[in-house]
Amino acid sequence: MSTDVHTRQQVRPALLVLSDGEVFEGEAIGADSPDGVATGEVVFNTVLSGYQEVITDPSYAGQVIAFTYPHIGNYGVTALDDESRRPFCRGIIVREMARRRSNWRADEDLNELLIRTGVPGIAGIDTRRLTRHLRDTGSMPGAFGTTDEATLLKAAQGEDGTNGIDMVAQVTTANPYVVGNGQRRVVAYDFGIKTTILRHLGELATVEIVPATMSASEVLARQPDGVFLSNGPGDPACVVGVAETIKELIGQVPIFGICLGHQLLATALGAETYKLAFGHHGGNHPVRRLSTGSIEITSQNHNFAVADGTLASADVTHINLNDGVIEGIRCRDVPAFSVQYHPEAGPGPHDARYLFEEFADLMDKGT
Amino acid sequence: MPRRDDIHTILLIGSGPIVIGQACEFDYSGTQACRVLKEEGYRVVLANSNPATIMTDPDFADRTYIEPLDVEVLTAIIDRERPDALLATLGGQTALNLAMELVERGVLERFNVELIGADATAIATAEDRSQFKVAMQEIGLGVPPSAVAHDLDESMEAIRHLGLPVVIRPAYILGGKGTGIASTEDEFRQLAIIGLDASPISEILIERSIAGWKEYELEVMRDRADNCVIICSIENLDPMGVHTGDSITVAPAQTLSDVEYQLMRDAAFACIRRVGVETGGSNVQFAINPEDGTMVVIEMNPRVSRSSALASKATGFPIAKIAARLAVGYTLDEIPNDITSKTPACFEPSIDYVVTKIPRWAFEKFPGTPSVLGTQMQSVGEAMAIGRTFPESLQKGLRSLELGRLGLNCDPGEAEFDALDDDELVRRAAVGTPDRPFQLEAALRRGITIERLYAATRVDPWFLDQISAIVEERAHVAAIGFEAMTARDWQRVKRLGFSDAQLAWLWSNFEKTLTAGDVRSRRLSMGIAPVFKTVDTCAGEFEANTPYHYATYEDTDEVVETDRPKVVILGSGPNRIGQGIEFDYCCVHASFALRDAGYETVMINCNPETVSTDYDTSDRLYFEPLTEEDVLNVIDRESRFGEFVGVIVSLGGQTPLKLAGLLQEHLVLGTSAASIDLAEDRERWNSLCAQLEIPQPAGGTASTAEEALAITAHIGYPALVRPSYVLGGRAMTIVYDDENLQRAMKELSGFGSLGKEGGLSAERPVLVDRFLEDATEVDVDAVRDATGEVLIGGIMEHVEEAGVHSGDSACAIPPPTLSAQVISVIEGYARAIAEALEVVGLINVQFAVREGQVFVIEANPRASRTVPFVAKATGVPLVKVAARVMVGATLAELRKEGFLTPAITSGHVAVKEAVLPFSRFPEADSVLGPEMRSTGEVMGIDRTFGLAFAKSQMAAGGRLPDAGSIFLSLADRDKAAGLIVARRLANLGFTIAATVGTAAHLNENGVAVETVVAKLTDGDSSLPTAVELLATTKVNLVINTPRGSGPRSDGYDIRSAAGLYHVPCLTTVAAGLAAAQGMADWAKHGLEVRSLQEHHQAGRGEQLELT
Ligand SMILES: Nc1ncnc2c1ncn2[C@@H]1O[C@H](COP(=O)(O)OP(=O)(O)O)[C@@H](O)[C@H]1O
Ligand SMILES: Nc1ncnc2c1ncn2[C@@H]1O[C@H](COP(=O)(O)OP(=O)(O)O)[C@@H](O)[C@H]1O
Ligand SMILES: [Mg+2]
Ligand SMILES: [Mg+2]
Repeated sequence: MSTDVHTRQQVRPALLVLSDGEVFEGEAIGADSPDGVATGEVVFNTVLSGYQEVITDPSYAGQVIAFTYPHIGNYGVTALDDESRRPFCRGIIVREMARRRSNWRADEDLNELLIRTGVPGIAGIDTRRLTRHLRDTGSMPGAFGTTDEATLLKAAQGEDGTNGIDMVAQVTTANPYVVGNGQRRVVAYDFGIKTTILRHLGELATVEIVPATMSASEVLARQPDGVFLSNGPGDPACVVGVAETIKELIGQVPIFGICLGHQLLATALGAETYKLAFGHHGGNHPVRRLSTGSIEITSQNHNFAVADGTLASADVTHINLNDGVIEGIRCRDVPAFSVQYHPEAGPGPHDARYLFEEFADLMDKGT
Repeated sequence: MPRRDDIHTILLIGSGPIVIGQACEFDYSGTQACRVLKEEGYRVVLANSNPATIMTDPDFADRTYIEPLDVEVLTAIIDRERPDALLATLGGQTALNLAMELVERGVLERFNVELIGADATAIATAEDRSQFKVAMQEIGLGVPPSAVAHDLDESMEAIRHLGLPVVIRPAYILGGKGTGIASTEDEFRQLAIIGLDASPISEILIERSIAGWKEYELEVMRDRADNCVIICSIENLDPMGVHTGDSITVAPAQTLSDVEYQLMRDAAFACIRRVGVETGGSNVQFAINPEDGTMVVIEMNPRVSRSSALASKATGFPIAKIAARLAVGYTLDEIPNDITSKTPACFEPSIDYVVTKIPRWAFEKFPGTPSVLGTQMQSVGEAMAIGRTFPESLQKGLRSLELGRLGLNCDPGEAEFDALDDDELVRRAAVGTPDRPFQLEAALRRGITIERLYAATRVDPWFLDQISAIVEERAHVAAIGFEAMTARDWQRVKRLGFSDAQLAWLWSNFEKTLTAGDVRSRRLSMGIAPVFKTVDTCAGEFEANTPYHYATYEDTDEVVETDRPKVVILGSGPNRIGQGIEFDYCCVHASFALRDAGYETVMINCNPETVSTDYDTSDRLYFEPLTEEDVLNVIDRESRFGEFVGVIVSLGGQTPLKLAGLLQEHLVLGTSAASIDLAEDRERWNSLCAQLEIPQPAGGTASTAEEALAITAHIGYPALVRPSYVLGGRAMTIVYDDENLQRAMKELSGFGSLGKEGGLSAERPVLVDRFLEDATEVDVDAVRDATGEVLIGGIMEHVEEAGVHSGDSACAIPPPTLSAQVISVIEGYARAIAEALEVVGLINVQFAVREGQVFVIEANPRASRTVPFVAKATGVPLVKVAARVMVGATLAELRKEGFLTPAITSGHVAVKEAVLPFSRFPEADSVLGPEMRSTGEVMGIDRTFGLAFAKSQMAAGGRLPDAGSIFLSLADRDKAAGLIVARRLANLGFTIAATVGTAAHLNENGVAVETVVAKLTDGDSSLPTAVELLATTKVNLVINTPRGSGPRSDGYDIRSAAGLYHVPCLTTVAAGLAAAQGMADWAKHGLEVRSLQEHHQAGRGEQLELT
């Protein structure tokens, strides 16, 4: 058990300022940010547990994550729960950072992880006020740190969040690598892929993870049984070239996409995507599986979604029970399907894991 | 799937009287169910013997049977009402067990009634501990290694291979009754015997002890389309070994990684599916080994439970309401989440605050019982607190308990723990007791390490560290000092839950003593006031429109301001003996009545079990402690908008009454604080009675033994000694001579359990009254309006004589024996007192009638424990009337409105009987006295007093026999009356057994005594002892009145033997007489059931609608 407890003496007052001028008082935690300023698009997440998986999820590249649950860090962190080689988020906002962890699985404090991986944070924030503000105005850029309000406001307004930027380029792997050793062969596009997804795919197949930039011909040359389109950060409309590549793959090989992968598949199929007011970020979103009518409680993390009625060649298979947002699609004539949410969980409920089986069946049927 | 329309009439079984392990939470769930099912257009038939519940209000069901919860009775009800379905999963263990009996006896089949919610197989799989384990192993879930035994030999055999320590747990029991942990073979033998006896099917499970593991609960819901969701996760602060009902519990789980939590979630779903609970809520308990994460299932309750009530209040997700809808065919996705109204109920609530539940015990009332917590639940109530962080909610929770503590120490109460040396302190903290949280704080404050405390207590290091945060903050602000506190410092210390009173105590010193008021005004002047956040099931993700709030120290406030006139109602806090569900009933009724009259009602309470803390009972709910600071915070906030009519303090028992004096005069609605004080202040009250020429028992007040002796020298013996400012006759004793009196005074002045209640001092003198022997006690509940009209709501004649606390004695409406002349004197006195106290609203006056002379014992210008009973007996909604009167209506106006109708006095008799928890405290003597010890009550209603009394006994679990043998053992002063009882029973064909002295008296007077029984003391070995007699179960009823008192007298052995062998035992000859009458009428008429609606209609002479 760690005993380094940061007590009041070490408190470093800090501010969080949103681009619309809202100011929140708190204290600095985690890594020091260069000249006391960290910026990013501020989003909230309502999970009660799973902070480590969230923080290390590449889909959060460019974003600052506010946790609605006040106590964060209680059970520490362990390498086992990392969703990627390092966090890509720009910072975290919490009400209360655990002073001491307690769990047999943990080998480090969350705060230690933040410092080690260079993620700054701010604690003591009225995160409920922040959440309700973002709920009403939509997620927006913000800046936090130990410097003065004016500087932070300027930084916040200078930060253009994830809009119009190809975030995938920042997170995708430079070189291909392989995981798993199943019979089937899967090529997985890395747009910011999560380790838990690889764990699941690895049970079905030998998986080669490839850069977002790899061309269709290079992929097909590997004669895969299936192609997987991973989750990832940012605006699907800004991911350069990938939709085109996917277009070439559709019909040639069974395809399964998750989150950003889902949006890109839809884009390739000619659908439009749009930005949600404040996105879906949590572990408790009910999704209806239209084929059975049954409900899955799902883990979600996305700001963009596929626009209803813009899909010609595919059927909607899943919808979000709360707001009707499209959560899953399946092509009518070719073997390709995708979901907006995270069936692999990590963090979150396991209700939708059957989708990996469906991918396996699809691969076994072939094209 | 839509609502089922193949069923029309649904029978709902309530949970009966409040007992340890089964309290208001089932009134909350049952009331919700009734509402929903009626909304859905079903015909609802309700059976519940508890008159103090909201659900038994005639307008919550189409037919309300306040009848004993007994298979025979339910069969009669089913026969009469022919329901299509029985919903038994909302009435606790009681309803579940009854449903099983109805199935086993083929009753449901005979009348083809469908068991909805959970079917018989599911119930059996969950409730039968061995079946359950097998089922869990089938689906690959871990369970502690165990064996099942049906007798002692099997039991001893079991521990040969299991080893010790083990836990013994009977099948089909509630609240851990008869369970325990045994570390030695002797302990084991004893527990096995008790356990086998406690189980209705004499089956016990012997299980390897995993005491010290972490304990968790998940609240699961399932619909008939097999959708499953988790509503809430709960982590126990006290590790395995302390019953969840006796543990401090926290929601959500704090120290589980998501990986572990999701596995637990999967396990809970697998469990509910395997057990086969078709629809509704269930509660699954888990234990986790903190060393390696090994997870085992402890048990599953296939019904809503205490924890589901807690989970509902903790998350805002109304489990019982939803469960009822699911039971009639809806699926989760078809039901809207009425908190957000935008989203469906098919989701898993996310919360952005921490909820802490802390139990409240009553050990001080059961001398001889060790106040040690174990696998058997012993608490009588609980408080819940909401804070943004654990430290905040913990401190709020502790001050909500109203045990004189201001929070987690930082108050005078901590001295007790600071006095101990380190080892002793740690040793004590290692044992689960009510003091544990305070011991932990004291230990951490003196620098004992978290590692050492964890090793000793197994309380998770995370919780210990959170307590350390409180400790550090205390040191910090102590160093800064009152004067130097900056706004940031104030905000920070308040965020950790410190109360103004704690800080005042901390900052007070020799030069200067601060009051909570000083701290408050300085704090406010620094601009530090709480904001009120909302409980919204979704952590702010969606807009919520349900005004369910808690105070915390943050940036923004969420109270939606309105301009309607509003009334604040102060609730009654955690249940305790003497103040329970009756007062919640009163607060809820006031809220309903005022809402209907166009007021906006604002409820403040901290008891998660209650209907009053249901978010849609009032227009706004503040889930807050009932202390000066917390209540003033709400009043300040509410005063900032709209018209503030005032605060109702007289419906929640002593709790809000104590706060009346702290409120601005004009804010107190109804009877003024001054009048309340006049009735409480002994001296002034006496002179008032003198002035009104109303006789009182002679007496005086004393703060020393000498003064007390002086008084008795003047008034004579026996005398009743009682401390002032206590509830439920706390520590009252009857003394027969100087020696007893001196002992009593010594006990009071000493730092006994009374230390808490304030002990003895000049400000808190004891009252010494002449004790009126063989007097009949009478309770009167009345309402007076501002014009001076007084409505006598009900006159209750007690069965037991004065000297048995009003709360513990049976009573009847209308009075069976009082003469018209005495009644009119009583009414006259009650009116005069109400007038003199200028009561506006309710008043309760207690009288003792002796040889035709009426004495007044006390008057309480507030709602009493008995008003719900009176309302149900007479059909007059007494509290609703009082509430309207308190906001200015006159009785005349209410009559015109048709709101107040004449009382129903003919056609039936209603008897209220108290239910006592002695089975939980085997060491305590079951003889009744002036200290109240009952946890709940039941009502028997029928054509004659005898029948109603017989029903009340049946409902209270002491069914009177209709044949067999009666055993009498009477104190000399009772022998005359006892003779009458014996003669009546002999005429009914009962055989008589009696102890030597009693037998002699009966024989002399021509009543044949079959068996003469030896007193233990005069060991005449030729005769059987009472205990032997009872052991051989030849006795069907015991009537034993105490000779003196104290564990040594043989009366004690008789009563405890009766308890052990489940023979009904009456401890007053008055009850004996009533019983004789009951058995006589019973023999003539037999069992008949009738709904409250029918009783009332018949009483009003209306046409009965036919079924
Ligand atoms: N094997 C065990 N070892 C130690 N403590 C146990 C064990 N099983 C149960 N307990 C404790 O006993 C309490 C009551 O057990 P439970 O099965 O929940 O009975 P009940 O039906 O009364 O809730 C639990 O809350 C737990 O603290
Ligand atoms: N002078 C008395 N003579 C006989 N019994 C008494 C007398 N005073 C009180 N009692 C008994 O003691 C019980 C408790 O006294 P009470 O004043 O009602 O206390 P509480 O305020 O707790 O209700 C009464 O219900 C009554 O049975
Ligand atoms: Mg239990
Ligand atoms: Mg009384």
